[in-house]
Amino acid sequence: MSETVTALNGAVWSKGIATITEAPLQGMITLRGDLSISAIKKAAKTATGMAVPGPGKATVDGDTGLCWMSPDEILVLCPYSQVAETLDKMTAVLAKTHALAVDVSDARAVFQVSGPLARDVMAKLAPVDFSADAFAPGMFRRSRMAQVAAAFWMPDADRFQIVCFRSQSQYMFDLLKVAAQPGSEIQKP
Amino acid sequence: MLILTCPCCGQTGEETEFHAGGEAHLTRFGPGSSDDDFEGYLFMRENPKGVHFERWRHVYGCGKWFHAARCTMTLEVFGTYAAQTTEPPQELRDKISAKRPGWSWGAFS
Amino acid sequence: MLPPVPRPDNMSTRLATHGRLLNKDRAVRFSFNGKQLKGFEGDTLASALLANDQMLVGRSFKYHRPRGIVAAGPEEPNALVNLGVDGKFEPNQRATTTELFDGLLATSQNHWPSLEFDVGAVNAKLSRFMPAGFYYKMFIHPRPLWKYIYEPFIRQAAGLGQAPKGRDQDTYEHYYAFCDVLIIGGGIAGLQAAKSAARTGAKVLVLEQTAHWGGRAPVDGGTVDGLPVDKVVDELVSELSGMENVTLRLRTMGAGVYDHGYVLGYERLTDHAPKADGPRHRLWRIRAGHIVTATGAIERPLSFAGNDVPGVMLASAVRDYVVNYGVSAGDRTVVVTNNDDAYRTALALKSAGLNVPVILDARVTPVDSALMAEAKAAGIRVMMGHGVAKVLGGKRVTGVAVCAQAGEGAVLEEIACDAVAMSGGWSPVVHLWSHCGGKLLWDNDFAMFRPDVDKAPKGADGAGFVSPAGAANGHFGLTEIMGDAHAMGQAAAEATGFAAKRGKAPQGESVDEAPMAPVWLMPQGAGVTLRSKSWLDYQNDVKVSDVQLAAQEGFESVEHAKRYTTLGMATDQGKLSNINGLAILSDALNQPIPQTGTTTFRPPYTPISMGAIGGEARGEVFQPIRRTPMHDWHDANGADWEPVGQWRRPYAFVRDGETVHDAVMRETKNTRENLGLLDASTLGKIIVKGPDAGKFLDMLYTNMMSTLKPGKCRYGLMCGENGFLIDDGVVARIDEDTFLCHTTTGGAESIHGHMEEWLQTEWWDWDVYVANVTEQYAQVAVVGPKAREALERLGGMDVSRDALGFMEWADGTLGGFDVRVYRISFSGELSYEIAVRAGQGQAFWDALMAVGADLGVMPYGTEALHILRAEKGFIMIGDETDGTVIPQDLGLHWALSKKKEDYLGKRAHTRSHMADPERWQLVGLETTDGSVLPDGAYAVALGRNANGQKNVQGRVTSSYHSPNLGRGIAMGLVLHGPDRMGEVIEFPGTDGTTYLAKIVSPVFHDPQGEKQNV
Repeated sequence: MSETVTALNGAVWSKGIATITEAPLQGMITLRGDLSISAIKKAAKTATGMAVPGPGKATVDGDTGLCWMSPDEILVLCPYSQVAETLDKMTAVLAKTHALAVDVSDARAVFQVSGPLARDVMAKLAPVDFSADAFAPGMFRRSRMAQVAAAFWMPDADRFQIVCFRSQSQYMFDLLKVAAQPGSEIQKP
Repeated sequence: MLILTCPCCGQTGEETEFHAGGEAHLTRFGPGSSDDDFEGYLFMRENPKGVHFERWRHVYGCGKWFHAARCTMTLEVFGTYAAQTTEPPQELRDKISAKRPGWSWGAFS
Repeated sequence: MLPPVPRPDNMSTRLATHGRLLNKDRAVRFSFNGKQLKGFEGDTLASALLANDQMLVGRSFKYHRPRGIVAAGPEEPNALVNLGVDGKFEPNQRATTTELFDGLLATSQNHWPSLEFDVGAVNAKLSRFMPAGFYYKMFIHPRPLWKYIYEPFIRQAAGLGQAPKGRDQDTYEHYYAFCDVLIIGGGIAGLQAAKSAARTGAKVLVLEQTAHWGGRAPVDGGTVDGLPVDKVVDELVSELSGMENVTLRLRTMGAGVYDHGYVLGYERLTDHAPKADGPRHRLWRIRAGHIVTATGAIERPLSFAGNDVPGVMLASAVRDYVVNYGVSAGDRTVVVTNNDDAYRTALALKSAGLNVPVILDARVTPVDSALMAEAKAAGIRVMMGHGVAKVLGGKRVTGVAVCAQAGEGAVLEEIACDAVAMSGGWSPVVHLWSHCGGKLLWDNDFAMFRPDVDKAPKGADGAGFVSPAGAANGHFGLTEIMGDAHAMGQAAAEATGFAAKRGKAPQGESVDEAPMAPVWLMPQGAGVTLRSKSWLDYQNDVKVSDVQLAAQEGFESVEHAKRYTTLGMATDQGKLSNINGLAILSDALNQPIPQTGTTTFRPPYTPISMGAIGGEARGEVFQPIRRTPMHDWHDANGADWEPVGQWRRPYAFVRDGETVHDAVMRETKNTRENLGLLDASTLGKIIVKGPDAGKFLDMLYTNMMSTLKPGKCRYGLMCGENGFLIDDGVVARIDEDTFLCHTTTGGAESIHGHMEEWLQTEWWDWDVYVANVTEQYAQVAVVGPKAREALERLGGMDVSRDALGFMEWADGTLGGFDVRVYRISFSGELSYEIAVRAGQGQAFWDALMAVGADLGVMPYGTEALHILRAEKGFIMIGDETDGTVIPQDLGLHWALSKKKEDYLGKRAHTRSHMADPERWQLVGLETTDGSVLPDGAYAVALGRNANGQKNVQGRVTSSYHSPNLGRGIAMGLVLHGPDRMGEVIEFPGTDGTTYLAKIVSPVFHDPQGEKQNV
């Protein structure tokens, strides 16, 4: 198999108030189905070893995890190299269930915004309350960032992981750079 | 700019996360229907001053359609509820009656 | 320190004492109209100009009258200047809200050739011939004069600042903020309300438009709980700064209040420090649980003749300049008032060692109030029942003529002075309260509108979400202000679910003041000569006489009178003029003021920059440009980009020495003769899966999809419920349960949304899931007679005619890439559309270019794609369709299933207009001389319609030069077109020529379809 690349080849920018990084290849599988039935739960568990999180939540450990997308959709995260294998396992579990599991790894780009002021950068782009008591690790939110759809969560207290469409990756990267431009702290030091 | 709570994912978001989808609870008329019924389905809409039922989609969020009951005068949102229904839930209708006694909309009151 | 200079008469100047906001150790250099001037850190541009005796700052809009600084805050109507140069140039900036910085460049505007001498001032001499509505009445006829005389003249003379010519060098951003209680205004009331709200634990955000906390209180003085009010401000700020749940923002104006607690805050980050890093302005997009508008009050001018002569200022502003900036507007200041507050100005001037020759008080009061007594004790002459008949002087006040307020303006004496401090009473700043529907009450005691707290704007839950506090709520003494602010702050927190903490309201101490008396015209019986020199709206040059004329001419509604006279329509939005104007209007209409009402208050409170509104959306990120995985290759290989929605697709790949047209011709020809590659990644790809997937697609497409066999492809049409075409594309059946639907580039998101909508809202009991996998794949169309050979060279799967027939698809590998190959054709050639994972798109493209090198491979763009499909008569959504076209118009009856009982659009197609044989039908068009028909041109018919226009019988929907046929080809919709083959019809072009075109079949190339099926 030929080498696979991310949209921006792992671009990094750290000249501003937070560091912007394009994450390496991330396996992503869209799983659609009735989240309350056991086959779906089992498929998710088979893929990640994790239980399906509730609305507004994500369970993520490194590049493996489950994100609650909608009442009938889970985003399954797995190592990029294991997507085909994981899909096969899920498909086997779902053989007799009305469900849809499909590889979307290449359809997306993943970015990280990191640093103590990462919340400021996010709050300039998404109409979401990013104060520490409103958004914290473990939570998952789909919204818009400026003019494009995005989903995000916090791997830890100083870091956001953002998923957007691959075709919009350059826009997202440029957008994050503008939002993190030097001197744009909300509370000046 | 409105804020709405999506009943499908539970998120409360500003209007820019949503997409308005026009009047709720339309009955579809297909092949074989009368011209009047089809015209009503395709073109005729409520335009109330007051209580109104609308469709919205949480387009930047969970992607789901839902219904909202709203006052077109004050923009008060009485409640949001699932799209998979042909009429507003009784509980919501009672709540609206408490705030807007005597309201009516289409076949509902 | 500036060296002392000898002082001629009539000067404004810097005082040795006073200036609480200045850092007199830090001199700041700036320039005004090229003059190098000095100020201090802490100055506004206005205070620094006054300190340099620059009272004259601009010319008025209509009459070009000399105008000086009137106010000290955002209500300033006159002191609008240009700031900066080139990429930092900005017109119409208020000197009173511009903080001085080293190197500031300001120029005055609206004058020609100079501020001191202005030709347009001749308008002032003609002002009696240019009353309200002058332009409306005068310039309607005759029309030709507009072009040559009126408009050039008006354009030369009119307008305030000029639009910037350079690209804005600064950056801007938005910031989404959330709080329980938002306090707008950082004066004493705002700070106290913030404290009372924050004590409950509520999250509080406080916005103050200036660079300082405390508002007017430190200037006006007084005590709270025995402590001087400036100390109280310091303590409140220090206490609030230490609270975790409180955010304080200076230089941030509450610009507008909108539905459901949405507020825009306008933060000016580097206006005062242009060399600092970071964005210039930040637009705060705030969502608040409850809002307290502690926006203070604005003093009203008095309407007397010559009240616009430079040197006539608001009494409060005169006081502000002395106390805050150590600047005297003049040595001798006459105070004219209808209330007690202006006495504070007289006393402040006196205590700064300046002369107050007289206080002209329009009232007649039985006993002296405390402030009157204090003024008299300070040796100031007070004339009760008197006013200004007129101001003496032209570009600068030289004195006032005194008259009795009750009379018609007989001059009793003239008093020399170089400034006039006027006060017509105070108006609460109700703008933000009113933006979202807060109602107002008329308060007779203070002759003002104030918020009707029982009629607050309603939020998402139906409860009021705005509370006014302090002066903004019509309270003026410190006693009332502190009590009100405490109560409103606490109530706001309670409204958002926090429990009030016990605690005493702070006790403000105020002096008793004598009641004010409304004075709308001075003197009361002023004749027409005086009234036509009594200005209401300084910026738009509206006088008392103009409003009276409007009323006389029947503009009785305040909204009509406003538009007819332009009262309050300037950039200051009538902050000084509105109440005075509608009092005059009410008087003219002989009705009480509340009956006249106010005009509508609309955001923003003061103008905000376009940059702030745009935020980050400029330059590279103006809009999200979508790029395919091969975008960079295209860019490096001559792509001439075409926007297709937000996507950028190569229109053509232009080589050195070629025009774009040359490139299109080359690509089109090469694809028919050799091998073309098209980046088709943008086409929508939607997975539809489930037991009911076939049934669902049968509803969505006009033709039958459920009968499609796995491994096969079928072209399908989609209509909306109203019957019009919305999309088309090839559907591939993957397995029994699964289909993959291709959409147009523009349709990927909308058709995915369309599917979700029907599944969620109508057929929610059908077992179907859909997923938009458009971007998972890079898709390449490999097209041309040598396409198969290229793929065979890559190797890995059988792509022969037998193994992979036309309209079939197969999974496999090619050149080591996992691929899905669709044998479909949008060109009429042998064609494979190949999908690989997006992350390998570029590598796959490279591999195709390499194996095709000696097969004559060339990438081709969207224009070649268009020509190739037009040669075959294939329709294009968006060209042949425009939202009013049905499949029947395009000869696509074959794609309308007769077996299906229902599909979206089927019922609509039976409506009378849809079944009308007079609908225009698709045909091919060939010009008789081989030229290219203009796209969109209409075919004319005999006769004329009711509007006298030529009748039409068709239009061109697509038109190209076909290099393969060596002539122009076109498609069009023509009346009875298919029945008129061979007939020649006329298409007038916009260039005056008429094109003759023959009606032909729309399939120009390979009508039997043999080439695609090899």
